[in-house]
Amino acid sequence: MTLPAFHPFLPFLIAAALALVTRGWLRSAILLAAPVIGFWQLLGAEVGTMTTYRIMDMQIVPYRVDDLSLMFGYLFHLGAFLAVLFALHVRDTMQQVSGILYAGSAVGAVFAGDFVTLFIFWEILGLSSAFLVWAARDERSLNAGIRYLLYQVLSGLLLMAGLIWHGYATGDLSFTAIGLQSPAAWLIFFAFGIKAGFPLLHNWITDAYPTSTATGTVFLCAFTTKVAVYALARGFPGAEPLIYIGAIMACYPIFFAVIENDLRRVLSYSMMNQLGFMVCGIGIGTTLAMNGAVAHAFNDVFFKGLLFMSMGAVLHMTGRTKASDLGGLYRSMPVTATLCIIGAMTISAFPLFSAFVSKSMIMAALLEEGRWVIWLAMLFASAGVLEHAGIKIPYFAFFAHDSGIRAKEAPLNMLVAMSLAAAVCLGIGFNPGLLYDILPFDVDYAPYDLTHVLTQLQLLAFAILGVVFLHRSGLYPAEIRATNIDAEWLWRKALPAVSRKVFATLQALSVWTGVIRKRLETEGAYVASRNSLQAALTRSWPTGSMVLWVGVFLALMLLAGLIGGAGR
Amino acid sequence: MATEQQGWADKPRNRQLVRRAIYLACVLLVVADFLVHRHISTGAERLPAFYALYGFVALVGVVMAAKGLRLLVKRDEEYYDR
Repeated sequence: MTLPAFHPFLPFLIAAALALVTRGWLRSAILLAAPVIGFWQLLGAEVGTMTTYRIMDMQIVPYRVDDLSLMFGYLFHLGAFLAVLFALHVRDTMQQVSGILYAGSAVGAVFAGDFVTLFIFWEILGLSSAFLVWAARDERSLNAGIRYLLYQVLSGLLLMAGLIWHGYATGDLSFTAIGLQSPAAWLIFFAFGIKAGFPLLHNWITDAYPTSTATGTVFLCAFTTKVAVYALARGFPGAEPLIYIGAIMACYPIFFAVIENDLRRVLSYSMMNQLGFMVCGIGIGTTLAMNGAVAHAFNDVFFKGLLFMSMGAVLHMTGRTKASDLGGLYRSMPVTATLCIIGAMTISAFPLFSAFVSKSMIMAALLEEGRWVIWLAMLFASAGVLEHAGIKIPYFAFFAHDSGIRAKEAPLNMLVAMSLAAAVCLGIGFNPGLLYDILPFDVDYAPYDLTHVLTQLQLLAFAILGVVFLHRSGLYPAEIRATNIDAEWLWRKALPAVSRKVFATLQALSVWTGVIRKRLETEGAYVASRNSLQAALTRSWPTGSMVLWVGVFLALMLLAGLIGGAGR
Repeated sequence: MATEQQGWADKPRNRQLVRRAIYLACVLLVVADFLVHRHISTGAERLPAFYALYGFVALVGVVMAAKGLRLLVKRDEEYYDR
């Protein structure tokens, strides 16, 4: 039996609306039902289905089913179900409504057949998820949420400018492979890139994800970046720069992850690292690499979700996520510890775990294309994954020294959600066909041949040996309470400092030249705003300067749109 | 420690057992490298036990480099709040 056709966003939208007016178990049931009903319809969806409207001379395709969108459709319904299940004990309207709306917008985005529809869901995705960051309701998450939203808005602006320009230039708004030939395409490329966590544009992940609630981060980690991977796979398969960007994304964060104290931030860096593998695969663009990239995105939702869930469970039970505060929890939370280790072994790509069957496709594609320098870099990154996600996360949370914390095991709904995620990791690991059957391209690849298994085991075993060596020799860096500055330092510290200098210089000039000074004084409004700005220099200035830059950017984009239109 | 029983993972003997298992696995995997014929696609792979060497060196390299990075990027916890 199949359900009558409706847009896959609809169940999520209705659930969000109903969640507003219901409470308790009824609301929980409604939230769980949305992905189930959506998934049910998807099972009967036919590849090739397209719903088309003509609005204001534009071809709008709100619903397009092909192999690629269908695979991500399945994925996001499963991910939404697990995230809702993990958060089933939560009684917080803001979190529950924004969570389901967020998951729905991810589903909407992957079925969007044109750039306008994509843009609408792209914006809902960014806005609804910001509320998940704010759901922690403390000052840290408030500020991080604003910064997070600025990145999302910037991405949306780029997409809007890009699609308008692209639409004018080509007269075609359908969301297909557009390549990197035009400036408009580059705008769209970077719009996707922000949400995919391109290097230097990645700090919204490491900034916001660790500040959300125990359950909010589980939602966050599943959707935004995977929608971006889907969008890159759809719009820019085989784009050469993605190979190098992906390699940097895979390598750059592993150093930060080693020295980071907040375990959820370690996982955020680890997320960027895994995204690097997917982005690189899309850049290679062969069917093997594309399959590997989207397969890895699929697996990542479950193994990274599982890891974020296990740290969420630890946070929920102990109120802490810092390595320096934790340790020894394996005795009081044995089930969570076991499930976390399954997630850790999966992300490390041990044979019989899901990441092994997807990551090895990307690695094999690199070798097939003769890109052995990138291949070496990715192999290097693989050893890094084992250190920070495979060993550090479970070790410092559940083993290491006894922190003295005596927690209880996580609630049942959390354990069930984690167990289901772990079951997917192992299920696909043992039977890769489950995943390979829904990949967008034909698969002619066998992950379990002797060479793959042996070489991967050698790599992992000796990397573990490296960890043992470092611990035994005392070379392993201690966990320290600290902030490690990253690229975000540029706009949170350097830019405000420079603008302060510029401002002070202007002020000094105005003192010297009486004319300017007089003008400043006569313009009372300006003086007032200047004064309030000075007061704000202490804290909220970084955000303020970002807003300014977004404004500047918007103006530039509009200009770009005009130029693009004129050149037609 | 007298009042509270030690967990299995805190007992030195069990920790030693885990380490020995790791050493044994490493030895077996290197031995296997000489017995099994691997497919080779790049020159580096021709090196005996290439993956084992690379895994060890990469991991130690990452951690030592990260230690160096810490000298450069470490600030106190409230750095951005000031």
